[in-house]
Amino acid sequence: MTDPLNVCLEKKAPSDLPEAPRSVGWTSPKRVVLADQANPLLLDCGVNLAPVTVEYETYGRLSPARDNAVFILHALSGDAHAAGWDRDYVVDNRPWRRERPGWWDEMIGPGKAFDTDGFYVVCANILGSCYGTTGPWSPNPENEGKPYGLDFPVVTVEDWVRLQVRLQDYLGIEQLLAVVGGSLGGQQALAWAISYPNRIKSVIILAASARIGAQGLAFNAVGRQAILNDPCFNRGNYYSSGAPTGGLELARMLGHITYLSADSMEGKFGRRYQNGKQPCYRLSNEFMVESYLSHQGRSFVNRFDANSYLYLSRAMDYYDAAAHGEGDLEAACAAIRADLLLISYSSDWLYPPEATRAVAEAVLAAGHPVSYIEIPSSYGHDAFLLETEKTAPLIDSFLRRGA
Amino acid sequence: MRVKKRKRLDHQLIFELIEPGSRVLDLGCGHGELLARLVAEKKISGQAVERNPARVADAIRGGVAVYQKDLDCGLLEFKKNSFDYAILEMTLQQLERPLAALEETLRVSRYTIVSFPNFNYRGVVGKLVETGRMPVTPALPYRWHNTPNIHLFTLYDFLDWAEQRGVTVVAGYASAAGSPFRPLNLPDDSSGAEELLFVITLAGSARLKSTGSSADPVI
Repeated sequence: MTDPLNVCLEKKAPSDLPEAPRSVGWTSPKRVVLADQANPLLLDCGVNLAPVTVEYETYGRLSPARDNAVFILHALSGDAHAAGWDRDYVVDNRPWRRERPGWWDEMIGPGKAFDTDGFYVVCANILGSCYGTTGPWSPNPENEGKPYGLDFPVVTVEDWVRLQVRLQDYLGIEQLLAVVGGSLGGQQALAWAISYPNRIKSVIILAASARIGAQGLAFNAVGRQAILNDPCFNRGNYYSSGAPTGGLELARMLGHITYLSADSMEGKFGRRYQNGKQPCYRLSNEFMVESYLSHQGRSFVNRFDANSYLYLSRAMDYYDAAAHGEGDLEAACAAIRADLLLISYSSDWLYPPEATRAVAEAVLAAGHPVSYIEIPSSYGHDAFLLETEKTAPLIDSFLRRGA
Repeated sequence: MRVKKRKRLDHQLIFELIEPGSRVLDLGCGHGELLARLVAEKKISGQAVERNPARVADAIRGGVAVYQKDLDCGLLEFKKNSFDYAILEMTLQQLERPLAALEETLRVSRYTIVSFPNFNYRGVVGKLVETGRMPVTPALPYRWHNTPNIHLFTLYDFLDWAEQRGVTVVAGYASAAGSPFRPLNLPDDSSGAEELLFVITLAGSARLKSTGSSADPVI
């Protein structure tokens, strides 16, 4: 289900088809159990979670020295399918994958920024999400295998990273060449840098910061309220009765407003009417921007779980890198050993450039070198996915630095 | 306007002056060639600061850590004495607040290495007097309307400031007409030097090691 609005208005380059030389081709998700009763995953909230399954994908080949692995860390609505075309979309009941490649396909593949001819690229679905890794939709062993629903423990960015570390060990990789993420994925990358300095060689953080501000917390709160107040929500036990799609749709629409900038909305939609130049004198979708948001909301509910949205947005709220330095970001950053590349986008107001710069400042104050660059863009927070032409050469340069 | 690339004579001298393994802050690093070479050949730990995004990208490619920032916004994120050397290579004259920048480099590093074009160079003054127009020279290759050099000054302007500020001038070097830098020669270099390079510090009478190829400085 390609989004016609997206395609025509953003003038995105057409996707590389599976046969294209720059595509990683057909992909298959892999699943592995990384925590069981004997070896549960201890979460920040104190719960020992088991079993925990992780869905992940890999592109390229792990070198004999096992030193070319790059972990891609996805954002709120992302999944392990970062590149290529999912061969298993029918058996996994993910029909939306028929029409489009992985979410960062423009960056991952032969000859792309994450060049799969040289790098072994790994992307895993985060804990609490709904794309194969254990989440609120998974069977709760303590409740006759019924879905956890709201009995799923509250998870944090640090919990996600803890699980990714288990995946690193499972894959037999002592040190990752790089961990990379944008937005909520960037917060995971920062968490890696602070908590696992010796397990990674370099870190790339796009459009992210040490924490979201009060405005970000507020938007997340309203998004969750939309879900919680949906009459179908039923305290999270809706898996057999019908999902709270209206609430989730609304949460997604709100989210999309925060991903765009005022300028990019103006440019994309302005005050244009959905049907021609005249108003229809109706209350339903009249302006193009309304249709766009509705469309985004509707296509999201077909592919996302409302409970997962609650848990992941809460994890985004909680994350504060400074907590690792007892409230002092500089103290937290003193643990960092990896080479750091931080990229911000000028019109991003969800993770504004000043907030990304604040991380760079804390790292410098801690006496560690850092690369920081602000890319001029009108796309708002979405720029980290859309400004591939500006971002890819920087990442490519950084990964090949000194070579 | 694109200006023809000129061989950076000060690169080599700065490269020689810096001790292996030291901590170096390169302010206005350009494309980062000097720092990249210092990292590769002298195993220094380096941090560059550059305002221009295109140059930041180039320097990242060179293997240098580059922090995009306007030097006129200060260096508050760097702690006192966190570097052995801070380099202001042909940058000072382009800053809105050059003295504030010097205060910052003196704070964050033991030695500040600063190079700049000498506006009293006879080739500059001569052109000015001869033509009655802003001089365009190899060291000042811009027209009056597109020059980034907004605070031009001379050898004695700099030495006056150093004296008033109580800064120790550890070493001084001069170059003219494309010749390599040599130790400063006063008073002749007041008008004989096209480009100048000084090593300054607030750390008392600290002496920099003598460079292999150049003779000891006269100051």
